[in-house]
Amino acid sequence: MSRQSNRTTESKKMNSELFTLTYGALVTQLCKDYENDEEVNKQLDKMGYNIGVRLIEDFLARSSVGRCHDFRETADVIAKVAFKMYLGITPSVTNWSPAGDEFSLILESNPLVDFVELPDNHSTLVYSNLLCGVLRGALEMVQMAVDVRFAQDTLRGDNVTEIRMKFIKRIEENLPAGDE
Amino acid sequence: MLRNRKIEMTVHNLYIFDRNGTCLHYSEWNRKKQAGISKEEEYKLMYGMLFSIRSFVSKMSPLDMKDGFLAFQTSRYKLHYYETPTGVKIVMNTDLGVPNCRDVLHQIYSTLYVEYIVKNPLCALGETLQSELFSSRLESFIRALPFFSARAG
Repeated sequence: MSRQSNRTTESKKMNSELFTLTYGALVTQLCKDYENDEEVNKQLDKMGYNIGVRLIEDFLARSSVGRCHDFRETADVIAKVAFKMYLGITPSVTNWSPAGDEFSLILESNPLVDFVELPDNHSTLVYSNLLCGVLRGALEMVQMAVDVRFAQDTLRGDNVTEIRMKFIKRIEENLPAGDE
Repeated sequence: MLRNRKIEMTVHNLYIFDRNGTCLHYSEWNRKKQAGISKEEEYKLMYGMLFSIRSFVSKMSPLDMKDGFLAFQTSRYKLHYYETPTGVKIVMNTDLGVPNCRDVLHQIYSTLYVEYIVKNPLCALGETLQSELFSSRLESFIRALPFFSARAG
């Protein structure tokens, strides 16, 4: 088990078709393995979550971003730094709720769906649902419970892809039980 | 040699905790005196102290807090503390001559913990680290620090 030692924090170039096709193969396999779209959506979310809880550490290690002061700052960091770093796109942040606890990320393009067209028998499949899980997992690690879902999706005929994020609560850190 | 003339600087030991207070890693180099309790108790004591001092420091702060708790020192040693927004906590005890260690601790996090543990999908998170690769890299990283000296007491 040898690892290369000349690691850098710069992002390495990778073939984007391979990335897109790999994700496609994963979704396809899930569709074969599970009975219905709902279950596939759930699995994608779960996988995303597991990626998110690790990806956030990589994100913090690479970027010089510290703790955010409010949800607006979090939204900006997600859109301008995180999406840019990992997917090469910069979604716009819009549709803030009056209370400032909910916003939308509008994706002009979504690299995950480059070659995809949803067949009729998968009308309820949320193809890119992995992204929701990633966001949820990553934010949970920085003490933010959020609800993330796709509000619009170009795969279903919408004009844009919209991810809706809602702040639920701040997770308080507790001293492990049984300690004095 | 020149560096032996003055008081030698050294690193005593290092703890890494996760957000739940689990001690992920412990190693020591020049620790002449043990705490006299089991390692598990020692980790708990250390984590409990960190937890309390963090909340104390932020409660008592007369100004807006920025980085929070960074270090404390006694007449014999200095405890350096670094915490990530995800709650990973790195604690390093050194002797008094060692300057601010935030960069060093951040490097341990970003170039060792994240690279060899977090990015390795087969490494479980939240339990004591088993990775020998990580331990050996950490060992050589610490030994290569300018203020590490094996002979100091």
